[in-house]
Amino acid sequence: MSHFIIAPVVLPALIGGLIILWMRHDMLLQRVFSTAGSVLLLGVSLYLAYYASGGDIFVYRLGNWPAPFGIVLMLDRLAALMMVLTAFLGLVVQLYGIGSGWDRKGWHFHALWQFQMMGVMGAFLTGDAFNLFVFFEVLLIASYGLMIHGGGGLRLRAGVQYVIINLLGSTLFLAALGTLYAVTGTLNMADMAVKVAEMPAEDTALLRTGAVLLMLVFAIKAALVPLHFWLPSTYANAPGPVAALFAIMSKVGVYAIIRFYTLVFPGDSVVEHIIADMLLPAALITLVVGQIGVLGGRHLGRVAAMSAVASIGTLVIAVTMFTPASIAAALYYTIHSTLSAAALFLIADMVAARRGGELWLSLRPKIRDSGLIASLFFMTAIAIAGMPPLSGFIGKLLILDVTRPDPWWIGIWSTILVTSLFAIVGFGRAGSTLFWLPFQLQRIERQAEAEGRPRPQGPIPPKLEPDEHIQDIEDAVSPAMTFVSTGALLAGLVLLTVFARPAMQMTDAIAEQLFDPAPYVSSVLIEQEGAR
Amino acid sequence: MEALVAIAIGAMTAAGVYLVLRLRTFPTVIGMTMLSYAINLFLVTTGRLAVDKPPILHGHGNLTDYTDPLPQALTLTAIVISFGMTAVVVLLALGAFIEGGDDYIDMPESDRRETGGDHE
Repeated sequence: MSHFIIAPVVLPALIGGLIILWMRHDMLLQRVFSTAGSVLLLGVSLYLAYYASGGDIFVYRLGNWPAPFGIVLMLDRLAALMMVLTAFLGLVVQLYGIGSGWDRKGWHFHALWQFQMMGVMGAFLTGDAFNLFVFFEVLLIASYGLMIHGGGGLRLRAGVQYVIINLLGSTLFLAALGTLYAVTGTLNMADMAVKVAEMPAEDTALLRTGAVLLMLVFAIKAALVPLHFWLPSTYANAPGPVAALFAIMSKVGVYAIIRFYTLVFPGDSVVEHIIADMLLPAALITLVVGQIGVLGGRHLGRVAAMSAVASIGTLVIAVTMFTPASIAAALYYTIHSTLSAAALFLIADMVAARRGGELWLSLRPKIRDSGLIASLFFMTAIAIAGMPPLSGFIGKLLILDVTRPDPWWIGIWSTILVTSLFAIVGFGRAGSTLFWLPFQLQRIERQAEAEGRPRPQGPIPPKLEPDEHIQDIEDAVSPAMTFVSTGALLAGLVLLTVFARPAMQMTDAIAEQLFDPAPYVSSVLIEQEGAR
Repeated sequence: MEALVAIAIGAMTAAGVYLVLRLRTFPTVIGMTMLSYAINLFLVTTGRLAVDKPPILHGHGNLTDYTDPLPQALTLTAIVISFGMTAVVVLLALGAFIEGGDDYIDMPESDRRETGGDHE
């Protein structure tokens, strides 16, 4: 058991390396190995989740160096849940990437994919703040490659913007870590929790600075307003499957907020009140900005990106309450929003493939498979907007429920409810423009033909520049596979709805474990050979 | 010495932020480099400034008498990572310049407006 904890990091690293070294020129081998790797990763994550579900905390000391001097990997329920979610999303979206032919539009798609998985898994597992930084860099550098996969002027431009924002974020991360190290003298998260708890309240000025800097970093990763400006262009211009995978990346930021502010800066410390006071308004504004973006978006990719921003807002509202129930609700909503946002990006990509690579919300002739895609879009939109019967409704209900004790609950409730209306109208408009109006257009044309009038000149699809790399349905290896993988994400949402009660029991158990950090700390620091 | 180091960090940070805000790729790359220098220097100082002290305890000497080695290890890692990242930015910026024709960082008009496929 003990050595399995590092498997989610080592496995993708090995497979990614193998793909680069020996399979560079063989797409079939790359696909087979990469998919097999993702399946194995999902298996390992489920195995680890099974072990962690008992409530024990497993520690893996790299090189068997004693903590806090060595680096530790930690496996608890939260890490296990996030790993299973990532592995499932990674596998399904990768199948989409293969089915849609995206993976052969540039170099090293599968290798980068594996490295991305390695970074995300490592970020969830690590128990060391500096290693969190390192794994963030690993996942980011892979995401830079994936983001510009396929090339094209616009995508490269968006890629430069994305890289620079993230580099600034990394710089800030180092500054935050440096500040925290200067105050606590440690980078091990469990040890830091002990040091912070021992610190007299009047000496915490620098500590608070570090904590706020750290929160800024995580807010950049999570795209909280006002640090969200990088997200819309990045996600709207990234290849479809990559944007879908990025749905988990913003959740890494939220994960880090939950981890740090329950473990290192827990409940009664001075730090957390500042954080909660700053996070709540930011989250509310994020939600409003995101949903207005959904309402006003003229490009389906941007609508999807703004809905991802809005979902982060909703999620962080629940996180800022910092009670076990609110964290449990937030985790439930994390699963829901990751799956639904990924599904929306995949659907957007399917539409783009059939419209010559463009997604502007304007009238175009009817696309192929319009009915099927429209029904998938309808389901996803219902889930994201939080309409019954899908899991978005349950998630929003839970979040409304946990915000009740807050003195500002009226404001929070009205923000969540009113912005849900924005989302419904926005998605309704996008869906009718993309799927419904083309039918009307077709009908008018047929009518004109029957009456012997000349066919009205419908809109002509745009002419694309020859060098623009676009997604085209003719490139698809297997369109059926794209539908299956999108369907798998939606099936995940349906399962989350049907098994809402067991899912809530699971997230409740996770929250309970998070709010009792003593076993976490003791399993790192005390239960080791030669304990101090 | 503390003042000198603090001024150096502050000056480099200010220069870095100014250059990044120019929104052209070349100044931004230089600005990022400046920023990472500032941060690396800052990281070194997080273990307190101690001159002429051994980095590793030798024979259980006096506890006040050593330099903290950890920030130096962190700085080394940070330097390596920032080198790699700078290389990535330079390549990307070059690619964007060649494909897009200019070196602005903010998105072009065609990203926000429907252009009928007529990019740029």
